[in-house]
Amino acid sequence: MQIDGKQVEVTGETTILEAARRAGISIPTLCHDDRLAPFGGCRLCIVEAQGRLGTRLVASCVYQAEDDLVVTTRSEKIDRIRKTLLELLLAHAPESPRLKEMAEEYGADRDRFDKEPSFCVHCGLCVRYCAEVKKKNAVGFVERGIHKEICFIPEIAARECRDCKECFELCPTSYLQAAFVMTEALAFPGGSGDISPQEQAAGEKDTNG
Amino acid sequence: MTRIKSPAELEDFRKDLLARRDPAAPCITLCSGTACHATGSEQVSAAIKEELVRQGLGTSVEFKRTGCHGFCEKGPILVIGPEETCYLEVSPKDVPEIISSTLKEKKIVDRLLYTDPTTGEKTAHESDIPFYKYQQRIVFGPNRRIDPRRVEDYLAIGGYRALIKALFEMTPDEVIDEVKKAGLRGRGGAGFPTGIKWEAARKAPGETKYVVVNCDEGDPGAYMDRSIMEGNPFGVLEGLIIGAYAIGSHEGYVYVRQEYPLAVENLGIAMEQAEKHGLLGKDILGSGFDFDVEVHRGAGAFVCGEETALLMSLEGKAGEPRPRPPYPAVRGLWDKPTNINNVETWATVPLIIDAGADRFASIGTEKSKGTKIFSLVGKISNTGLVEVPMGITLRDIIFKIGGGIPNGKKFKAVQTGGPSGGCIPEDKLDLAVGFDELARAGSMMGSGGMIVMDEDTCMVDVARYFIDFLTDESCGKCVPCREGLRQMHKILTNITEGKGNKGDIELLEMVAETAVEASLCALGKTAPNPFLSTLRYFRDEYEAHINEKRCPALSCKALISYYIDPGKCQACLICLRNCSAKAIDGGKKKIHVIDQGKCTKCGVCFEVCPSRFGAVKKLSGEPVPPPVPEEARMIAKKSKAG
Repeated sequence: MQIDGKQVEVTGETTILEAARRAGISIPTLCHDDRLAPFGGCRLCIVEAQGRLGTRLVASCVYQAEDDLVVTTRSEKIDRIRKTLLELLLAHAPESPRLKEMAEEYGADRDRFDKEPSFCVHCGLCVRYCAEVKKKNAVGFVERGIHKEICFIPEIAARECRDCKECFELCPTSYLQAAFVMTEALAFPGGSGDISPQEQAAGEKDTNG
Repeated sequence: MTRIKSPAELEDFRKDLLARRDPAAPCITLCSGTACHATGSEQVSAAIKEELVRQGLGTSVEFKRTGCHGFCEKGPILVIGPEETCYLEVSPKDVPEIISSTLKEKKIVDRLLYTDPTTGEKTAHESDIPFYKYQQRIVFGPNRRIDPRRVEDYLAIGGYRALIKALFEMTPDEVIDEVKKAGLRGRGGAGFPTGIKWEAARKAPGETKYVVVNCDEGDPGAYMDRSIMEGNPFGVLEGLIIGAYAIGSHEGYVYVRQEYPLAVENLGIAMEQAEKHGLLGKDILGSGFDFDVEVHRGAGAFVCGEETALLMSLEGKAGEPRPRPPYPAVRGLWDKPTNINNVETWATVPLIIDAGADRFASIGTEKSKGTKIFSLVGKISNTGLVEVPMGITLRDIIFKIGGGIPNGKKFKAVQTGGPSGGCIPEDKLDLAVGFDELARAGSMMGSGGMIVMDEDTCMVDVARYFIDFLTDESCGKCVPCREGLRQMHKILTNITEGKGNKGDIELLEMVAETAVEASLCALGKTAPNPFLSTLRYFRDEYEAHINEKRCPALSCKALISYYIDPGKCQACLICLRNCSAKAIDGGKKKIHVIDQGKCTKCGVCFEVCPSRFGAVKKLSGEPVPPPVPEEARMIAKKSKAG
């Protein structure tokens, strides 16, 4: 296949994003992490793919590379859409270092849209990392659509999170930490050591069905 | 009833059934679909049963409760055979007369017939009523002829004949070829060729394959899938078994939304009867082909109508779409090749197999074959479900079948394709209905919703309404849909509230492009359509709202004022008494004045002001004239005392 005019050789099941990165071509991402299954949520990694089905924009993190695919990673249209996506996200998290860095590259205006009260950008990194790598499910999504948010499950979080907190550094904003502190304050103040054996037992019963 | 083990046995069974039925015998058919249920068909049914016995016809007249007939505006609907006399808006108190006159004396009860609203002419026979006359009911037709709880009724009209033909006279590839030749395209929305979809699933490597019925109809106002499933679940089941045979699947699922209890109940009965008769389960009709079906009730999320979200939900996960490719035909339910079609598509399959592809393909346009069922709702005289050949014009559907716009109002636009469809204006009414034609006009076929709007409808508000619905139904997984719709909804709301700014249209266009191009699934990709199509055809309305703070349709509350014309007010007190905000000042012979500060703009004064006075007016984009001076408010003329 071809990416930005460069011939790239791929074998087996490879996404466009992996193939591009291997060839030294960078594509911006927010919700992607090599340790996790591709998610396709932030859509910042969209590229133009010209293949059997014509030319269209696809999310490179989930689209499988195929023979004779011709990929363009930057164009006026792609940049314009990435800029709008970033502006939509900046309405939630105007101070996120990761977003600010990309905003600079794409000329995104952090004040394009009115500010939103929640600064979670729903990249799902925490939720997926906890489920897929740690296999604990201590944090999950609740609700749907614009009402969706991340939520620590107190019974699991009380047991698992204090000594882990590996998800903290994945969060592109600081909403995750805030959510954790809030759950901790409400459900197990002073840390997991403080919960009584009864509570611990009840928690285990709840989570183990 | 014992299991039927061969086609010959089934044909004998059918012959026996028909021999015991006399087509010339009197028969009462009562529509008992959900809409007629709401208008009292249950009570009418009880009255018929009682009255038949009372008048001594308990055994000689057959009484059948069927699924939806489609003319929901005029329910409950009663059809009396063999003459097919059609009575509309029947109530229990009409029943004794219907039975004594029509059944016993063969006399027609005039007042229950269809009356033409303009000429006043009465029509006795169902097929002569304009609503039915211009339709072509091949898929929806059986609804009127069968009791959805009796497989015998379905067999009597030739049911399961297509299954025999497929299983015993055709190879799976021949079945697929026939569906391809018929040119059948998916009725769920996207219009993908069904035969090609089936072929992909058949060719996909793997031993286990699944077939799925999508009955998660979520478009507001659309209820054709529901009505088919409630009125003729046999047809859907037969289509599904044929499809399973063609694809090489032995397991099927029907995904029905929780809100359709009658559909689930009737489908359950149809499955049970099919199993008892050897039409479902192991070794169907002795063919060696095994197939089982399970019903899954969805929790009622709009996005679960999207096929990949539906599969996630079937697997017990949150109903969020997953990226395609891989397409479900290759990797679907539990990663196995899966074929999903919507209810109407499955129900069309037996017709194609039975009558042949050529017959089906002779109906419709070059690229859109057969018929399509639309649910005609909104500002239309004849609300209901209509099945029309593809290629018919929107004008014929709305005016010939739908009877036009009620209350002498003017047609403004028709929204086709559900919430993410588009609005089509009057000058496009001669558009031939088809998948590609509607798409070119900036709308889509969708599942077949058709919402008619009159001159009082504000198109900006329509866009806001549908975007609001979609914002609520977005699953929230991807940014362009979740965040884009959130922002579009905010901007549109601002515009309708008179808080629009210059540049809003361009900003909306930018966000719309992002959602169309970058969303993960079809919900997000099509969600901006209500905005894009209304902007395309009614840009002047957007500009009036933003630049002049004026709503041309006089509909957006924040932009209108109610005003009583002192030259027309007869001081009749009607509006004053009906105003719940006590915003109207006046008295006997004293011209009424609305206190603009107190007015909540509920519009009651406008509605109750007698049309011969027409004194209450809606104003937009212009200041309300100052109230008449106190001394000029008394009406002196025509007073008896004066």
